[in-house]
Amino acid sequence: MNKFTKGLGACMTAIIVASGAMAEPADDNLVINGDIEIVTRTAAPAHLSDVMDEVMSGWLFRGTETRAMESDDFDNPGMIFVEQAEDVWNTADGSEGKSCADCHGASSEMAGVRPVYPKYVEAAGEVRTMEMAINDCRENRMGAEKWKYTGGDMVNMTALMASVSRGMPVNVAIDGPAQSTWEQGKEIYYTRFGQLELSCANCHEDNYGNMIRADHLSQGQINGFPAYRLKNTKLNAVQDRFKGCVRDTRAETFAPGSPEFVALELYVGSRGNGLSVEGPSVRN
Amino acid sequence: MKISILALVASVGLAANANAADIAPTAVTYVDGAVEASLTGTAGNPEEGAKVVGSKQLGNCVACHEVSALPDIAFQGMIGPALDGAGSRWSEADLRGIVANAKMMFEGTMMPSFYKDTGYIRPGKAYTGKAADDTLGPLLTAQQVEDVVAYLATLKD
Ligand code: HEC
Ligand code: HEC
Repeated sequence: MNKFTKGLGACMTAIIVASGAMAEPADDNLVINGDIEIVTRTAAPAHLSDVMDEVMSGWLFRGTETRAMESDDFDNPGMIFVEQAEDVWNTADGSEGKSCADCHGASSEMAGVRPVYPKYVEAAGEVRTMEMAINDCRENRMGAEKWKYTGGDMVNMTALMASVSRGMPVNVAIDGPAQSTWEQGKEIYYTRFGQLELSCANCHEDNYGNMIRADHLSQGQINGFPAYRLKNTKLNAVQDRFKGCVRDTRAETFAPGSPEFVALELYVGSRGNGLSVEGPSVRN
Repeated sequence: MKISILALVASVGLAANANAADIAPTAVTYVDGAVEASLTGTAGNPEEGAKVVGSKQLGNCVACHEVSALPDIAFQGMIGPALDGAGSRWSEADLRGIVANAKMMFEGTMMPSFYKDTGYIRPGKAYTGKAADDTLGPLLTAQQVEDVVAYLATLKD
């Protein structure tokens, strides 16, 4: 047998194994509180057309019970933190004696904000995440201390901002002034970091649906963030998740809030264009 | 002496004690992805190899591969082909090449290179997320690679 046919043999084995033990994404629909319809699979955005046809929420890759928890706010442990953030939304803080509500009105007025973040902010001359926008308000409009990028106050507030946009399609802009940041994020997505030399794409583009040890790999979409994880029983910020995934390649990770992770979040966000905002989600 | 003990502790799960007689990771010769010469000159021990294949702290090959001969290991992955029959499909030299640096046999493969210690992008200090320091060694020692190869050779159809 020559190298080529041996390689082919290995491929055939791979195909047989894969079809024998395929862990398919669930065939299920998500409607929250019997009311908010969530698009958990849809046609891939045009910029992904040469690598995949369909984009899917991580929700489809979780077990029946975990999926069920997200369909009712009374069962979703992440909603407690949304309630806490609602109190903070209405509470004055900082030297200006202002609350978020003083400028923005009810939190529900913020519907439609989450789906377009990260985005290029003209006044700042850079791409900003929701966290950066929140801290800009705190520092410059309220005269309050910045929150830690992935700290409790911050992640709770991003959960509130996500929750009021649930069901709206993610719509992150990738062109115009955001384009160079988007390109940078794309490059990071395909870079094989660390001693294991694995890229985001190795796991979440080439192998979603497959088991990597006990984990059922999803597409690594971020429409569900922040995510309440049963594993650590708290809300997890999106860039904390990135940090964990990069660390698991035996790499030196980037810091949450770093330019690299902001660019990566813009890029990964855009891979989910068309999926519904569903944060705070429930995951393993 | 102190220094080498420290290094050993710091690299638990990594290649621990490299032997002077071992072929260094950068000195391995690949021919069509295969490595003819033993990395250590000492025959591999298949029982030790099985441990490396199954252990999360060592090779963790089962993260990606199923091995029916190791039924006690739960949650075997399905990223790569099942290793059943690998010893019939491949020669020992092929297996050594695949384990040491699979990218030489399968261009662009997702499989990590287990006997390599340079050329990484942002290598970390194991799974801490911090930058690697000068204790960075290959994922497996030369002898562990030999042990794994000896184990894989027992996986016949
Ligand atoms: C070695 C494999 C691996 C690599 C490489 C990897 N991830 Fe992950 N990732 C996982 C696993 C396992 C999970 C948990 C199961 C799932 O949702 O896929 C996960 C989950 C995620 C999630 C949560 C998805 C959800 O719906 O909750 C995001 C987001 C994510 N990864 C993004 C990334 C990004 C961005 C990169 C690259 C910087 C990356 N991952 C690299 C294995 C990996
Ligand atoms: C992160 C995933 C991953 C890990 C970890 C991994 N492999 Fe692989 N392995 C693969 C993939 C993918 C292939 C298929 C080669 C290709 O890319 O075409 C492969 C191929 C192989 C093959 C040839 C396939 C055959 O049977 O014909 C052998 C042998 C092998 N691996 C052994 C190992 C051993 C031993 C370890 C641990 C020391 C290991 N692998 C760890 C992903 C992995």
